[in-house]
Amino acid sequence: MSLSGWLKNLSLLDFPDEGGSPEIYRLLRRRIIVLMILITVIPLFSMAMINSHQYRKTLSQEIVNPLLVLVNKSKHSMELFLAERLSVVSFIGSEHSFEELADEGNLNRIFRVMKQEFGGFVDLGLIDENGVQVSYVGPYDLKGRNYSEQPWFHEVRSRGTFISDVFMGFRRFPHIAMAVQRKIEGGKSWTLRATIDTHTIDELIASMRLDATSDGFLVTRDGTLQTATRNYGGVLDHFPVGLPPFSGEPNSTETTDSLGREILMAYAYFQNSPFILVVVKPRGELFRSWYTLKSEIFYVFIAGVLIIVLVVFKLTGYLIHRLQESDERREAVFREIEHSHKLSSIGRLAAGVAHEINNPMAVINEKAGLMKDLIELESDFKDRNRFLALTDAIINSVERCRSITHRLLGFARRMEPHIEDLDINEVIRETVGFVEKEALYRNLDLRLQLGDNLPEIASDRGQLQQVFLNLLSNAFAAVEDRGTITICTCDCGDVLSVSVEDNGCGMSEETLNRFYEPFFSTKKKGHGTGLGMFITYGIIKRLGGRIEAKSKEGQGTTITVHLPKTLRSQQTG
Amino acid sequence: MEQIRVLLVDDEEEFTSALAERLNMRGIPTLTSSGGEEALKMIEACHPHVVLLDMMMPGLGGKEIQARIRLNHPDISVIFLTGHGATEFGPECNDYLIKPVNIGELIRKIQSISKKD
Repeated sequence: MSLSGWLKNLSLLDFPDEGGSPEIYRLLRRRIIVLMILITVIPLFSMAMINSHQYRKTLSQEIVNPLLVLVNKSKHSMELFLAERLSVVSFIGSEHSFEELADEGNLNRIFRVMKQEFGGFVDLGLIDENGVQVSYVGPYDLKGRNYSEQPWFHEVRSRGTFISDVFMGFRRFPHIAMAVQRKIEGGKSWTLRATIDTHTIDELIASMRLDATSDGFLVTRDGTLQTATRNYGGVLDHFPVGLPPFSGEPNSTETTDSLGREILMAYAYFQNSPFILVVVKPRGELFRSWYTLKSEIFYVFIAGVLIIVLVVFKLTGYLIHRLQESDERREAVFREIEHSHKLSSIGRLAAGVAHEINNPMAVINEKAGLMKDLIELESDFKDRNRFLALTDAIINSVERCRSITHRLLGFARRMEPHIEDLDINEVIRETVGFVEKEALYRNLDLRLQLGDNLPEIASDRGQLQQVFLNLLSNAFAAVEDRGTITICTCDCGDVLSVSVEDNGCGMSEETLNRFYEPFFSTKKKGHGTGLGMFITYGIIKRLGGRIEAKSKEGQGTTITVHLPKTLRSQQTG
Repeated sequence: MEQIRVLLVDDEEEFTSALAERLNMRGIPTLTSSGGEEALKMIEACHPHVVLLDMMMPGLGGKEIQARIRLNHPDISVIFLTGHGATEFGPECNDYLIKPVNIGELIRKIQSISKKD
């Protein structure tokens, strides 16, 4: 799943688009904080991980490579030591005949030269065709011993040379035996066998200068230790840790030893003998600098995360606070605009009412005035003064009404929303009443197609009148004289719908797209505030309804308002 | 000096009849008309000095009649009588009064406009 999909699933990108309740700001704040922390901590974490991995790789190579070189070098020295000793034995076998070597004086002389020139030799013996040692020089009494049943004797007869594993001699001292076979005429053969001690191998291991926590030793491929170790036992003990896998080249592996330590094992397999040179180093010691760096990276990461969280919390809190303030200011401005627009509607309403009242008042005024004139003309009119007083009273009352209607024209007051159960058809009729006269004067065909038996709904009468008056006002502005405006109401399932349709100039697609934008108007300058539909949209949304507009340029417009079919008792209950 | 002739145009006949009689009683001959078409015919026939016009009437409205008068008889003065408060009467309107009107004020306006003309 992509990151955006994941974030969407967590609803982190689903920002509430309307201000208002503190809960929305809390939700917004929470989501922004989580999102900002994620988008800052994830790259930081990735970078820390990549750096740490890269550094560990480099460091590991820097530590392991020299160790492998050391192991390889030491292995070569040991191989050379063994090969050199074997070559000496082989050379003596080639240079001297069986008879010369069978002479113990000769053998003794040769043995002394060998010890003197090469060192490491413990004894030297000549073994005949039948496996019997016919001549021997060394610290033991082994002359006449029969080796025909020994496995090494069969191996040297089949392969020509032999190097043994380490074994404990009669003096309980580790030795390595080596032998070469020589053929003589008649298909017969004899064997020259020498024993060497392991001091030189121990010295080679010591020359690796391993620290006190490390270990270096020789082990056979079946796991028998060939040299003493610090932690894993003595010569000929079984190496308690699994052997590393075979590798032609020096190699390393990481494992846990019998002491429970994490160790790095560097090793090299001998080519012509069954030995493996192993160097064991505890990982803790080896990677001490790495662990230090890892801790430092961890602390830097934690510090970075803490700073990010702190900054994100502070910054988001500040921004949300500013946003909330800005929203509240905007709401206040919109309320003010709406209020102004409401006042403007009330002004129009008042003007309509004043006109309707002023006309009959004018009739009363003129009739009373005429009566007064007639009475004044008749000097002998019975109760002349009384009638004059009466007509004056009528004229004065008319004057009072006149001042009231004039005041009404400038009358406007803030109306609070008032939700009540109302008959939508009644609201339509009341609203149409305000504009009937204008329709009459402009010869407009104002058609009411109101649905029968519509249920009452809980809504605000004043605000609905404002909405319908605005829709009618727009329709009046859109149609020519003698145009047609149709108002329909119907019960459409879970909503009541009111549509205002006109056959006026209609709107282009571009105008329709910007229909609800504040301060957008196609009317001439000074004739429209551009707030009518914006406020209408806001009112309908607040009343829980929705509004839709369809229009075709040159053919007309239909605005439909859908209002929820709930009663006041259902809203409050 | 020629006597001022007035034509009163309003769709409210109760109003026109009473006001016309009162003006007549005060020496201002006043004819009445209840609609725009009829008013235009009467203007052609008797050529009044002043036309008192209601703003909103079925058919031809006050503004439309005023425009025709301006076109055909620029010498005739027009005073609007309206129930509305602030209404745009246009630059060619001589004056206006809001209903209900005070008869003295109306006569003063008629006389002052006639003198100007």
